Amino acid sequence: MTATVPTRADGRTVRRSSPGAARGPRRTGRIRRIGLPYLLLLPALLLELLVHLVPMVIGIVMSFKELTQFYIRDWGAAPWSGLDNYRMSVDFDAPVGKALLHSFFVTVGFTLLSVGLCWLLGTAAAVCMQDTFRGRSLLRALFLVPYALPVYAAVITWVFMFQHDNGLVNHVLHDQLHLTDKPSFWLIGDNSFWALLTVSVWKGWPFAFLIVMAGLQNIPRELYEAAALDGAGMRQQIRRITLPSLRPVNQVLILVLFLWTFNDFNTPYVLFGKAAPEAADLISVHIYQASFVTWNFGTGSAMSVLLLLFLLVVTGGYLLLTWRGRRASDV
Amino acid sequence: MSSFRSPMAPPRSFLWSRRIFLTLLTGFVLVPVYVMVSSSLKPLADVSGRFRWLPSGLTIRPYIDIWSTVPLAKYFVNSLIVAGAATVCSVVIAVFAAYAVSRYSFRGKRVFTVTVLSTQMFPGILFLLPLFLIYVNIGNATGIALFGSRGGLILTYLTFSLPFSIWMLIGYFDSVPRDLDEAALVDGCGPLGALFRVVVPAAVPGIVAVAVYAFMTAWGEVLFASVMTDETTRTLAVGLQGYSTLNDVYWNQIMAASLVVSVPVVAGFLLLQRYLVAGLTAGAVK
Repeated sequence: MTATVPTRADGRTVRRSSPGAARGPRRTGRIRRIGLPYLLLLPALLLELLVHLVPMVIGIVMSFKELTQFYIRDWGAAPWSGLDNYRMSVDFDAPVGKALLHSFFVTVGFTLLSVGLCWLLGTAAAVCMQDTFRGRSLLRALFLVPYALPVYAAVITWVFMFQHDNGLVNHVLHDQLHLTDKPSFWLIGDNSFWALLTVSVWKGWPFAFLIVMAGLQNIPRELYEAAALDGAGMRQQIRRITLPSLRPVNQVLILVLFLWTFNDFNTPYVLFGKAAPEAADLISVHIYQASFVTWNFGTGSAMSVLLLLFLLVVTGGYLLLTWRGRRASDV
Repeated sequence: MSSFRSPMAPPRSFLWSRRIFLTLLTGFVLVPVYVMVSSSLKPLADVSGRFRWLPSGLTIRPYIDIWSTVPLAKYFVNSLIVAGAATVCSVVIAVFAAYAVSRYSFRGKRVFTVTVLSTQMFPGILFLLPLFLIYVNIGNATGIALFGSRGGLILTYLTFSLPFSIWMLIGYFDSVPRDLDEAALVDGCGPLGALFRVVVPAAVPGIVAVAVYAFMTAWGEVLFASVMTDETTRTLAVGLQGYSTLNDVYWNQIMAASLVVSVPVVAGFLLLQRYLVAGLTAGAVK
C-alpha cells in the first residue's frame, strides 16, 4: 500500500510535464491528441447525419415540392410547389386541413392524459416501493414486464382483449358485471380513444416507474431520518423531501414521455391497423396515411414539418420554463 | 422488518392504502400477461367463442402450429440478426462518443450533445419518407442495397438507440474517477488502452444497461420495419401481423407467437434490469 502512493505522486508530476514535452518536436502527437475526440465522435456523428439530419433537411425540401408516386425514383425532378403543401395542410375549411386539425387535437388530448397517468402511476408505485418489504423485488420485476414486452406482442394481446365477440373486456363489463346493455365495440368508434389510452398507459407507466425509482435512490437516507426525528410524518416526508428531490428527474422524464407519446406510431398502428378510427387518429398515423396510402409525399412532409415546428416550440418553451424555475429554486 | 420499529415506521393507513394500490396495479399489469399465457394454451374453440377465464382443456398445439402458419423461424432469425448487430454497433459507437465527451474538452462539445439529444424529438414519420428515398437512391447509384435489406434496418435502428445510449454513458463515465485512466495513461496505455482497460470495465453496468435498451428498441420497432423490409428480410414486428390477415384469426396461435417472441427480451430485461436501474441512477438521473 505505502509503495503505491509515491508512484502515483510521481505519476502526477510526470503527467504535468508531458504536455510541455509534446509541444516541442512531436507535432504529430499533438495533432493526434486534438483530433482524437473528434475521431471518437465521428462514427456517431456520421450516422446521425445520415439517418436523422440529412433526411430531415430533405424532408423540409420535399415539403415544398409536388411529390407524387411518379417522382419517387427521381425525387429531385418533382416540380416545386411553393407553399401549396403548407396552405393545403392548414386550410382548416377544406377536408385535408380539417382532418389534420382534428388529428392534432386528438393527439394533444391523448398525450396529456397518457403522460399524466403514466407519471402518476409510476411515481406512486415508486414511492410505495421505496422502503423494503417482502416480495418487493418480485413486484418490481412484474411491474417492468409491460415495458420489456415488444410493442407489437403487447398491443396485439390488447387487440384480442378488446375484441367484440371473444374479448375479455366485453366479457367482464357485459357478461360478468352487466355494466353495458350490449357488448361494445372498442377498436372502432368513440370508444377507441379510451382503448388506445388504456394500452398506452399500461405500456408507458413502467418507464416512469423505472426512472423515478432510479431517482429515489439518489436521495440520501439521512434526510428522511432527520425529518423523522424532527417529527415529520409520512405525508410530510413525501411532500417536503421526496417530491422536491425528484424535481430535476421529473423535468426530464415528463419531457421525454411527452415527446415519445406525441410521436407514438407503434401503439396505434398495431392496435388499429392502417386505418385508425377518427376518435383515435393520432398524428403520426395520420401523416403516415396521408403519405403512403395516398402516395402524396409532399403534403405528408409539410405536415411532418409543421409537427416538428410545434414540438420545437413546446420543447423550447418547456426547457426555458423549467430552467428558469430551477435557477430560481437554486438561489 | 427491523425497520418497523424505527422512527421511520410508516403509519398503518399508509400501509393499507399501499397494499390496495399495489394490488390493483398488479392486476392491471398482469391481466394481459395472463390472457397471453392462458390463451396460448387453449384450443381454437376457446378463443373463437365467448372469452373464458379458464381453458376447457390445455393444449400445446398452438406452439407447434405457429411455425408453419407463417414462416416465424425466418422472421425470428431476421430479428435476431438485425437487433443483435444494431446493439453491438450502437454500444461500441456510443462508448467512443461518450468517452470523448466525458474525458476531453473540445470545441463543439455542447453543440454535439444537444444535436444528438434533439434527434430524439423528431417524429419518426418526418424522416421515414426521406430515408426511404435516400436508401433507394443509394441503392440505385452504388448498388449497395440498403432498402429492403437487413443492413439498412441495422443502420437505422442503431441510430435510434444511439442518443440515449451516449447520454447515459456520458453520465456513467463521468462517475468513473479520472485518476484511474490518468494512471493508465501514465503507465503507457494510449487513450484507447485507457478506455478499454480501465474505463469500460469500470462502467460495465452502464454498458449492459445501454445494450439492453438498444436491443429492446430494435426488437420492438414497427414503423420502419413495415416500410423497409421485404418478404425475405421481414422481422417479427411485421411478421406477427401475418396471423390476423388470414381468413380465420387464430388467436391462440397469435398469443403463442407473441409469447415466444417476447421471451428473449423479457427474460433478458428482467435478468439485467438491476444494471439498468444502476445505470440510470449513476448516469441519466443524476
